[in-house]
Amino acid sequence: MLIGKELWFRYAAQMPWVVQDQTISVAPGEVVGLMAPSGFGKTTLAKLLAGYLIPTKGQVSVDGQPLPRRRYCPVQLVFQNPELSVNPRWRIDQILREGYPPQMHQLDALGIHEGWLTRYPHELSGGELQRIAIARTLNSQTRYLIADEMTAMLDANTQALIWRAVLDYTRSHQIGVLVVSHDWPLVRRLCDRILDLATMHHSTLVSQ
Amino acid sequence: MTTLAPPQIRASEKQSNRRQQTLWTIGLCAFFLAAIILSTWVIGDAGLSPVLTQRNQPPSLAHAFGTDWLGRDMLTRSLHGMSLSLRVGLLAATVSALIATLLGLAAGTLGGWVDAVICWIIDVCFSLPHLVLLILVAFAVGGGTRGVIIAVALTHWPSLARVVRAEVLQVNSSDYVQLSHRLGRSPAWIARHHMVPHVIPQLLVGLILLFPHAILHEAALSFIGIGISPHLPAIGIILAESMRHLSTGYWWLGVMPGLLLLLSVKAFDWLGENLRALLDPRTSQG
Repeated sequence: MLIGKELWFRYAAQMPWVVQDQTISVAPGEVVGLMAPSGFGKTTLAKLLAGYLIPTKGQVSVDGQPLPRRRYCPVQLVFQNPELSVNPRWRIDQILREGYPPQMHQLDALGIHEGWLTRYPHELSGGELQRIAIARTLNSQTRYLIADEMTAMLDANTQALIWRAVLDYTRSHQIGVLVVSHDWPLVRRLCDRILDLATMHHSTLVSQ
Repeated sequence: MTTLAPPQIRASEKQSNRRQQTLWTIGLCAFFLAAIILSTWVIGDAGLSPVLTQRNQPPSLAHAFGTDWLGRDMLTRSLHGMSLSLRVGLLAATVSALIATLLGLAAGTLGGWVDAVICWIIDVCFSLPHLVLLILVAFAVGGGTRGVIIAVALTHWPSLARVVRAEVLQVNSSDYVQLSHRLGRSPAWIARHHMVPHVIPQLLVGLILLFPHAILHEAALSFIGIGISPHLPAIGIILAESMRHLSTGYWWLGVMPGLLLLLSVKAFDWLGENLRALLDPRTSQG
């Protein structure tokens, strides 16, 4: 169980709160949608849950343990812009091997061609690069996946293809997924349960 | 269709040639500069001694750069001078690049007050006129070859330090470095695999582009008389001497060493530009 308990966050002592008293949980194998209009701190919350930011108050735990600071983090975040989340001076195969290398059939399922592996990031399109960023996180060490507007910049066909491959994998490996998006039809289609930050200030659960 | 086919082939040939062209330019520039530095060992000191029977001779086959008012071979003197200038420039630019790397890395990674202090020093150095600072430092440490090296080394690092700092800051705050931490990579591993590939090309190119500055400033200091001592054939001294003879029609005394200086500086420039193109994945395969 991935639990973010009473999370508060602000960037500095005098700054306004970005995240206020949010409690959120994702069970293994569950797909949870997180919705809110722009500026409600969706991305900040996602970064808190994945250990990119440390909450000012409250704490994040995975299966009863706090997030590790040094080892491989069992909660992995996929960013919205793949161009920024890969080193432009690395080749694709090096990027894929940075964590735990994904298996070959995973790459096939995501539609990653072998010819891409020797290229540089700028030689792939945004959609192709996003598949690389996703493939990098799909390995045996990842227990929870946070998709922060993961497919917002892709066309509907590619979105469907990528989500099918990702959900096939997460269902069969009991990985919890948090889908951060403001695309209501997509979230309703994918998720077992949906949280709306705009209305859940006191952890109200908006059921499907 | 048949008429369209040949241009396509030519286009692909041209594309594959650009990388080779870059490599050739790098090789030729490096060879040219190495040849100048090593030339003094090959030609020896023979041409440096006065031969009074051959004074003021214009460029000819025997003396490609002519001879001066003491009958010394100008080609030998120019090569000696250029070799000395290149070695001084090399040393000063390397020291400068080292200072720039250390300060840039410290400012970029430590941040906080360290960053503030280093940025303040960089701003102070930038706010002073470069040549004035150069003359002050060279004068303060007593002039001579040592003075030139110290002055050039101490005044050329700020721009490169700023570039290194910006590069480190940018890479450090990027998503892929944050992600690398979350993938369980250690700070040392990240420094080695994410930072170094970004900083090294900047540094290499910065170092090479520092040479022309260092050489020109060395020549400038020698020209105004507080640089390398007058009995050594430095390029700045040769140019300063030639000034007195320009009005008497001995144009080759200034023009030929000047052309050699220009060519050497441009060689460094081309070397730097082409190396940059080769090291950046965006241009290395084009």
